[in-house]
Amino acid sequence: MPTDLQFFPAGDRAVLVQLGNAIDEAVNDRVRALYRAVLTAADPAIIEAVPAYTTVLVHYRPEVRSFAEMKTFLTDLASKSAAGGNAESGRRILVVPVCYGLHFGPDLWEMEEKLGLSRQEIIDIHSGRDYRIYMMGFLPGFVYLGGMDSRIAYPRLKKPRLRIDAGAVGIAGGQTGIYPSVSPGGWRIIGNTPIRLFDPAKDPAVPVSAGDAIRFRPISVDEWYEIKHLVQKGQYEPEVIL
Amino acid sequence: MKIKVISPGVLTTVQDTGRFGHQAAGIPEAGAMDRASLRLANALVGNPEDAAALELTVFGGTFEFDGKGTIALTGADMRPFLNGNRMSMNTAVPVKAGDRLELGVASRGMRAYLAVSGGIDVPVVLGSRSTDLKSRLGGLEGRKLRAGDVLENGSRPQAAAELAEVQGTPCEPVLQRLAKATSPEGVTQIRFLFGPQDAMFAEDAKKTFTDSIYTLSAACDRMGYRLEGAAVPSLNGTDILSEGICFGSIQVPANGQPIVMMADHQTTGGYAKIGTVLSEDLPLLAQLGPGKRIHFVPVTLEELGESL
Repeated sequence: MPTDLQFFPAGDRAVLVQLGNAIDEAVNDRVRALYRAVLTAADPAIIEAVPAYTTVLVHYRPEVRSFAEMKTFLTDLASKSAAGGNAESGRRILVVPVCYGLHFGPDLWEMEEKLGLSRQEIIDIHSGRDYRIYMMGFLPGFVYLGGMDSRIAYPRLKKPRLRIDAGAVGIAGGQTGIYPSVSPGGWRIIGNTPIRLFDPAKDPAVPVSAGDAIRFRPISVDEWYEIKHLVQKGQYEPEVIL
Repeated sequence: MKIKVISPGVLTTVQDTGRFGHQAAGIPEAGAMDRASLRLANALVGNPEDAAALELTVFGGTFEFDGKGTIALTGADMRPFLNGNRMSMNTAVPVKAGDRLELGVASRGMRAYLAVSGGIDVPVVLGSRSTDLKSRLGGLEGRKLRAGDVLENGSRPQAAAELAEVQGTPCEPVLQRLAKATSPEGVTQIRFLFGPQDAMFAEDAKKTFTDSIYTLSAACDRMGYRLEGAAVPSLNGTDILSEGICFGSIQVPANGQPIVMMADHQTTGGYAKIGTVLSEDLPLLAQLGPGKRIHFVPVTLEELGESL
């Protein structure tokens, strides 16, 4: 039974529910559980919900439920979803094929030199564990991942690049992530995935949600082009482990 | 009926009431900056309130119609002329093939809304026709309109509303509301609620925020309005763990100069938010541009008639 929920008004049409104060898997599990409970409830008062590291922002219609009524409603949903103990249920791992190095990863050689690791060691470390998606934001389909091995942590570029390709896999300090679309950015780019993390023609447009996980799978240049070809023809089904 | 873009103006986009249900995936809500004016324009031509219309920014451009229909212009006054005759704002006007609508520079307000009977018919992308310029989604190919573009309207609308029905409501023409909210010195009162992170600011910092006049800087666009004025100091920095943000969130970065998030805001942000603009006052803010001055007036949920 969660007793430490905090509610803050975010204007007259949204309420911020805070479930903790630090980046923490258990807190993020509760965020995911509440977010999923809000979606499942399909309540007429609720417009949408946005989960993050420790919070769920719930947009609502005050003409249907007041702020006070929303607090009661969400407290109830949170306790039910926590009691169900199903934060893990429905959690998926999306396998993201990545071609590391070459022109796909222009910063990899510098990292090898500065980190004193071989190319293969960096690839093994980066692709050797699953990364929790704590939240999404910044760009459509941009995942904030947790849990990267500190041995491959590397600072951002001092001067961001004007253009980073869609699918670029990067490292910024202790974080790793994927650029879902072409964007300027300062992350160190170590590889590229041919799959699309954001496709507005699909529903859902993004194949994962907060609380899911990402697993990087190293692929060859040939396989990159094979998958890219299938993606462009709309024939690629991303590998999802339930 | 086709609507042909002869001259596109400065920034003309297709917008409806916004793209909802996808912010969890990082997809912004976008939508009209001044939704009250969009709703009024739709009501006048008999459209559902969430039909898509054109949002014209600062300078409206020229459009030609190739058939019979009804149009309405709301929001900023861009001195519209229909076939060379001054056209009234905030009223339904019939058009026929060959009619030409010419708009100039806004004399009051920033954004005008041109609704056509049946709505602007562009493909629905993720539940909305709104143009998201940054993600290049929705609207016409995810971009602002260009000369030579041709838009179509949708199917026949229902009966049109009379302006009389919307006087004195939030659908009252926005320039009338703006005049009422603006002092003779030209300062517009914008109401807001404290939170979610007002506890990160001392009482005297909050007082600075509510006692000061802020000027809209040159950096004001569909994503956000950067303000200039008395710096709002925080107790221990203003970085927070990133979390969902709203249209109207008032972020305070380290320099203490507030930024109000507008329709194209990113879905999440990592700066503390001292408050959130009242949804009813967002249309007023959307009609203000660089150089305009505002005064943030705190209201509470109790004052809005809500029990806590």
